[in-house]
Amino acid sequence: MTPSAPSATTDARIGFDVQKVRRDFPILAERVHGKPLVYLDSANTSQKPQAVLDAMDEYYRHANANIHRATHLLSERATALYEGARAKAATFINAPDPKTIVLTKGTTDGINLVAQSYGRSVLKPGDEVVLSWLEHHSNIVPWQLVCEQTGARLRVVPINDAGEVDIDQYASMLSARTRIVAIGHVSNALGTINPVREIIEQAHARGAVVLIDGAQAIPHLAVDVQALDCDFYVFSSHKMFGPTGVGVLYGRQSLLEAMPPYQGGGDMIASVTFEKTCYNVVPYKFEAGTPNIAGVAGFGAAVDYLMGIDRAAALAHEDDVLAYATTRVREIPGARIFGEAKHKTGVLSFLLEGVHPHDAGTILDNEGVAVRTGQHCAQPVMDRFGITATIRASLAIYNTREEIDVLVRALERVRGVFA
Amino acid sequence: MSDLSDLYQEVILDHNKRPRNFRTIASPSHHAEGYNPLCGDRLNLYVQVDGNVITDVAFQGSGCAISKASASLMTDAVKGQTVTEARALFERFHHVVTTPPDQPVEDLGKLSVLAGVREFPVRVKCASLAWHTLKAALEREQRASTE
Repeated sequence: MTPSAPSATTDARIGFDVQKVRRDFPILAERVHGKPLVYLDSANTSQKPQAVLDAMDEYYRHANANIHRATHLLSERATALYEGARAKAATFINAPDPKTIVLTKGTTDGINLVAQSYGRSVLKPGDEVVLSWLEHHSNIVPWQLVCEQTGARLRVVPINDAGEVDIDQYASMLSARTRIVAIGHVSNALGTINPVREIIEQAHARGAVVLIDGAQAIPHLAVDVQALDCDFYVFSSHKMFGPTGVGVLYGRQSLLEAMPPYQGGGDMIASVTFEKTCYNVVPYKFEAGTPNIAGVAGFGAAVDYLMGIDRAAALAHEDDVLAYATTRVREIPGARIFGEAKHKTGVLSFLLEGVHPHDAGTILDNEGVAVRTGQHCAQPVMDRFGITATIRASLAIYNTREEIDVLVRALERVRGVFA
Repeated sequence: MSDLSDLYQEVILDHNKRPRNFRTIASPSHHAEGYNPLCGDRLNLYVQVDGNVITDVAFQGSGCAISKASASLMTDAVKGQTVTEARALFERFHHVVTTPPDQPVEDLGKLSVLAGVREFPVRVKCASLAWHTLKAALEREQRASTE
């Protein structure tokens, strides 16, 4: 059965006005190759609402100065924006204190920070770091590096044909040797939502510390780090309607305080002499150098934007569009969907028989439809399914069923070229 | 606006569907593996050089229509050429696919069907993968990359 109700009906039922949301994002009015833009690449990076653009513009027009160091008014404004964004981020993920929020360059930066600071100081030869087969390269390579440096080793939890982490295998891999479990909240390649609460609980029962890569979860799911009881939670601003180059590392305060600095420089110190340097307190200990202040101001506005909408209604809307897309794509002859987990969000990965994803991507682009094609920085996932690439349509709160109809028509055009 | 039919011409679609010289050569004199980390395209190129002449050339691998058609057309084009001629043809082909679309380029016969990639900058690497691999094979490098 094809769900054929237009978005308006669905939206009314779930109380989410997608057209109003779309008006908040100026770029969605853009035309590409003479066609209206259909942006289905938000898992790669999301678009930005006017409020975020304004916040960055306002910062440069009225507050541009360095933070934490000058006595003048502009510096005060800049510091207030910067620290204000930190406090907003803490509220957003229900962190117990803004001190537990380290502002980073992004998810990758946050994972590298934890791997090099926490991982490098606790891992010993024979210790184990547990990951899943679903991980993005940025939650694999930093752990490989620290394993090489310390003599620890990686254990990888397999996934089933639906793209779900094998929880029984996971349980059997945990042991007294497990020091760190690093796992994605939501898979960027397949959209699988991992049962992170259960994963964390089991790891803690073995005394391991858990990092959750929340890059793909944060734009879709309401995240509560205290309810999850995770030790570290990392995400990027640019996946949640904020600018690139900014991210968050939430860390349990006792862990952050015990961890050595990651990078040295200004702002991360209390005092410096050539004999001895005293480090600043957390989170500043981990924030060396002048940060991306304008980006952080934009990130703060993105947090406000998300906290200002009904997230449950937005998620219900996204789920509806994803279900519609799944049904429509499945109806296309020769289409094969990868990742059919029971719990999914935001991502539809698929192939068309006899068509290389890269060719599909070019033809879709010509029809105004932006998707990602390739391995999605998740080569092990591709290897698991014996493929080299997929076409990935990824969704955000601003996508509609009508856009899925455009995608499906464009896919028909792709099939026409390669018939 | 870029015209799709310039990219996906009949000749290209045909070589994609029925690639020429799509096989291996047992113990070839030259071999290289080409890899495009951006899209995961991978191809193995086998070259048999006798004297200074390419007497046989074949490829296998997985890739998009552009990279597969380009590899197929290339094997047809360089078979029978001297190594020097093939290297020169690499340079000429590379020049054609990297010249901006509003500027004239030389006619490379059948290979000219790939000149359409000029309008699609992200696809130039697809068209050149096989050629970079050939260059690497002739230089006896083990692996070519479009990076």
